[in-house]
Amino acid sequence: MSELAIQTEQLTRTFGDFTAVDRITFDVKQGEIFGFLGANGAGKTTAMKMLTGLLTPSSGTAKVSGMDVYKEAEGIKRNIGYMSQKFSLYDDLTPEENIEFYGGVYGLRGQELKQKTEELIRSVGLEKFRKKLVRSLPLGWKQKLAFSISIIHNPGIVFLDEPTGGVDPVTRRQFWERIYEVSNQGITVFVTTHYMDEAEYCDRVSIMVDGRIDAMDSPDELKRTFNASSIEEVFIQLARSAERGEG
Amino acid sequence: MLPIIFVMPVIQLLVLSFAATYELKEVNFALVDMDRSIVSQQLITQMQATGYFELWDEYTSTERAVQEMDKGVVSLVMVIPKDFSNDFATGTKSEIQLIIDAVDGSTAGLIQSYASSIITEFGRKRNGNAIVRIASVGGNLSKSINLISVNWYNPQLDYLTYMVPGILVVLVSMIGLFLSGMNIVREREIGTIEQLNVTPLTKSQFMIGKLVPFWIIGMFDLLVGLALARFGFEIPFLGNLFTILIIAGIYLILIQALGLFISTITDTQQQAMFIAWFIMVVFILMGGLFTPIESMPGWAQDLTLGNPVAYFIKIMRMVLLKGAGWKEVLGMVLIMGSMAIGLLGISINRYKKTVN
Repeated sequence: MSELAIQTEQLTRTFGDFTAVDRITFDVKQGEIFGFLGANGAGKTTAMKMLTGLLTPSSGTAKVSGMDVYKEAEGIKRNIGYMSQKFSLYDDLTPEENIEFYGGVYGLRGQELKQKTEELIRSVGLEKFRKKLVRSLPLGWKQKLAFSISIIHNPGIVFLDEPTGGVDPVTRRQFWERIYEVSNQGITVFVTTHYMDEAEYCDRVSIMVDGRIDAMDSPDELKRTFNASSIEEVFIQLARSAERGEG
Repeated sequence: MLPIIFVMPVIQLLVLSFAATYELKEVNFALVDMDRSIVSQQLITQMQATGYFELWDEYTSTERAVQEMDKGVVSLVMVIPKDFSNDFATGTKSEIQLIIDAVDGSTAGLIQSYASSIITEFGRKRNGNAIVRIASVGGNLSKSINLISVNWYNPQLDYLTYMVPGILVVLVSMIGLFLSGMNIVREREIGTIEQLNVTPLTKSQFMIGKLVPFWIIGMFDLLVGLALARFGFEIPFLGNLFTILIIAGIYLILIQALGLFISTITDTQQQAMFIAWFIMVVFILMGGLFTPIESMPGWAQDLTLGNPVAYFIKIMRMVLLKGAGWKEVLGMVLIMGSMAIGLLGISINRYKKTVN
């Protein structure tokens, strides 16, 4: 498949005189697991919001699933899944109710929705939590549920914004197994993370510094180019040059 | 939250309807009786017999009695002068001093008019007897014009009849304005709105989704309130119940649209709450619930033309108490309807699926 899932050219977003994302150009191939790395405040979330149609770019172009982010934002939304950094399912509903709600929003109805709900509860292993409020679930389970819901409508691409933040290593491992499963189904995965070991699991990674993409390649190529033994070392070499602080 | 939504209006209706009244009951008064005669005693008995006034205590000087008023325990000081019974017997003009606590002007007015009518009545009865006696002797009955007033629609001037329909309006307004407005801002605060904004859900679908549940709750609360008004307070239902319900449905959409509009101009629940309160207080105070709109200055009356609460209170009273039908209220309903459509349009238009 030569089609591109995401294609950006000189994509920029400014807030006043602050340039959060500075002319980034990159492609993501269909079915790829694309790691989007960067320090806090490097502009990852802003870039992701532009790609998901939550934020209008200041300049540059971007196409997601072949659709223009300026003109076809609503079309893009039908074709993507999104899991935000902040847990954003309804805390005061049960997992089942959340699944039914979002399934309904994506147009699943009746028998299909019921079947999908069962399938999802089983695949996440939430059988014993199905009647409990989401609020009472451990964070790791919540994140797994949020991930599953974000792909309930079989989107072409799923955007994951720090999906494993604050999650224990075992659950993180399980989470990445799920990401591989999803990827094997042909869904493109666009993921941001702070964990450099996770970056090694990606097909390709990009590293953002001060709103720019300073490096982009497969993890092995990057290590070779920067003469480093791990992605973490590559990251530190690049991030050291950053002028922006935490933010 | 759910019990609060349903129980609160019932409690409010019960408490407010009985408490928010202009009727005077058991006003404490201090007495300075310098006459100490049978006539003065009869007058005092007459004062208390009406049930409006209750003797707090007797004092020997006006100063002492006024001190009680300063403390706030009595609202009226009645001073009966030394020669009262004497003047009364001889037919000389007799005077009684009433000192009224007028911090609350309207209550003071009521105290004055109640007390003076009791005293006048007392005097008329006594002198009337005298006239009758004279008449029986001289056979010369004086002719006078008597005014007899009849109060329509609320013959007993029952305060509850007047207040309950208005209070019902306030209750459903609170539900409509606060719940719908708060709800969207809350989603913004906890971040779930972002998840919705990356779905293909349209703005109208989102707004209608926010409107319908609280519309149902508001209508349900109104039905409970109406039932309570009819069977608990025995408010007359002269008009058609369905007319009321249809108009209430339109009114609720209007109030909710206002709530949605507030939610589109605010980022936090605190901001939204503040604006909603601000608007609600103005709407209620200028809605004709407590003070008649007709007695407001001209510019204020013009302002009430944009006040949905004023329209609905007026309609409720007209339909329930006077049996008005569509013909009489259609104009106001059309105004509310167009306001609802306008506000809803603006809110949907202002609601953005993108962030800044």
